[in-house]
Amino acid sequence: MSSAKGKGARIVALHLAVIAALFAVQFLLPAYHHGNLARIMVFASFAVGYNLLLGYTGLLSLGHAMFFAAGMYGAGLPLYYFDVGVLQAFGLGLLASFGLALSFGLLALRASGIAFLIVTLMFAQAFFLATLYFNEITLGDQGFVLSEQARTLTLGGVVMSFADPTVKYNAALLLFSCCMLGCLALVRSPIGRVWVAIRENEPRTRMLGYDTYRYKLLALVLSGVICGAAGAGYALLFAYVGSTFASIQYSIFALLWTLLGGVGTVLGPLVGAGLMFYLVDIAGDFTSSYLLVVGVVLLLLILWYPKGLLGSLRARWLPWLP
Amino acid sequence: MDFGPHLFLALLEGTVSAFVLAVTALGLSLVFGVMRVVNVAHGEFYMLGAVLAWWLTTLLAGSPMIGFGVALIVAPLIVGAVAFAADWLILRRIDYQPEATIVATIGMLYIIQQLVLTFYGPDARPVEPPFYFRVSFPWFGYSGYKLIVVGASALLLLGVWLAMARTKFGLYMRATQQNQEMAQAFGVPVRRVYAMVFALGAMLAAAAGVLVVPIQQAHYLMGLDPLLLSFIVVIVGGLGSLRGTVVAAFIIGLSDGVISVFFSPTLAKIIATLFVAMVLVYRPSGLFGQPEEEQ
Repeated sequence: MSSAKGKGARIVALHLAVIAALFAVQFLLPAYHHGNLARIMVFASFAVGYNLLLGYTGLLSLGHAMFFAAGMYGAGLPLYYFDVGVLQAFGLGLLASFGLALSFGLLALRASGIAFLIVTLMFAQAFFLATLYFNEITLGDQGFVLSEQARTLTLGGVVMSFADPTVKYNAALLLFSCCMLGCLALVRSPIGRVWVAIRENEPRTRMLGYDTYRYKLLALVLSGVICGAAGAGYALLFAYVGSTFASIQYSIFALLWTLLGGVGTVLGPLVGAGLMFYLVDIAGDFTSSYLLVVGVVLLLLILWYPKGLLGSLRARWLPWLP
Repeated sequence: MDFGPHLFLALLEGTVSAFVLAVTALGLSLVFGVMRVVNVAHGEFYMLGAVLAWWLTTLLAGSPMIGFGVALIVAPLIVGAVAFAADWLILRRIDYQPEATIVATIGMLYIIQQLVLTFYGPDARPVEPPFYFRVSFPWFGYSGYKLIVVGASALLLLGVWLAMARTKFGLYMRATQQNQEMAQAFGVPVRRVYAMVFALGAMLAAAAGVLVVPIQQAHYLMGLDPLLLSFIVVIVGGLGSLRGTVVAAFIIGLSDGVISVFFSPTLAKIIATLFVAMVLVYRPSGLFGQPEEEQ
């Protein structure tokens, strides 16, 4: 038993060390990378949410951009049109993605396999088209920019503006830490074990007496809310809200980051989002067709490294990695 | 214009897009039916057909008629070869696992699209119709080329049907569709059938792309809409049912045409996508498909 306990301590220590390293990095790296890293951490939170569904429950979705965008619009629209506080706006973003994920899950989880995948794609496309159709409110793919005043948080007398690089970086870190530690706690809990059981063999899990529909719904809703939190965070930190973030491309990005980092690893989304961000950034210097990198990486991964970076690492050397 | 002629025009436009859609979706439906995989790169094959048509007609700029005729034959052949190679190099290696195939075809989608962006550029370019004549109705004149599109599409659909029903290869395809293992046991070269079907599906999409390019212009992002519409058609028609696919293409194509003329095209698409999602949720076998046997 003591070894199991030691293993648990080692896992927690590793994840806290990653967070500490991310905190320390802001004092070491030049300012140029601060904005990039903040963006990576927000996208990594998005991928953490996606990974909860794909990596642990085994449901492949091509529609998660809709949850990201729901969080984004849920937080962005009230900030833009009404005078709400930053925290309330964030809460509304979470609420919007929760509502969408719950109603979507109740319907979509009736389908399974390829049908489920296409349902997610279709719903997300309808959501994306809706953001274009109501462009008098959402301003369509042109989007809108949130003013600095709207993104200022006064907490206990301290005034913090998300336009300030230090505040932005640490807020992104806080968001990512919450998502990642939440994910870690979930997948190590009994619920997480049932998710993995569903991923491995759903009929058998059902036979053992688990209501798999409810567990899948729970995974979908939690995954949607985490993606929504990332979306709301993006709106607050980077001040921009637009329907591009609801397009299929962003659903594919979430899939790509998760695959690259390692499906079903807690830290994988961070690794995947970080690597992909810099790959695309470097490729963008050479060619306007930088998305070519996305296609090539997807093919290489699926052909030779279906487990992703951390997944391969776990299979070879670190079997204890969650 | 009065309501009557207006509706007639909408139905005419709807018929043209329904035929083109039927050809595109038939390709997707063949691939899904026989190989049981979803090809997300299908729309890019359509785009590739259109772009190759622009390239070939520009090479043979002297006579639009000959240029277009050559494009209609050569472009699908090139696209078919590309698809055949993709099957050989990629899909075979991942053993056609449904989910891995989706990821792989997403990768192919980006690679094809971005390579076209690199070599062809971001502009939309027109292709001359092979001939000009107008059919004059009492209320308006109508492009004769569009009627040729209808005819050519109908011939293609008929050709696929004949090939499926009368040739040995068609028999192989039907056998593989019904039961892949049993077909293999009876000596059907399943792997080769897969590669041929994947190429054939891509060729149908490319042919539709060539036919549509004098009406629509060639652009590197033009593949997304036909992809989603083909998904819709294939699902509504019943996954793997070819007859259902053609019937559904007419329902979707015509209603899309009519709703787009009288309301907004975006609204038409929202309604269609939600409709499809609901069909999948409540009748996973599609409106016209036979429910699959319980495993």
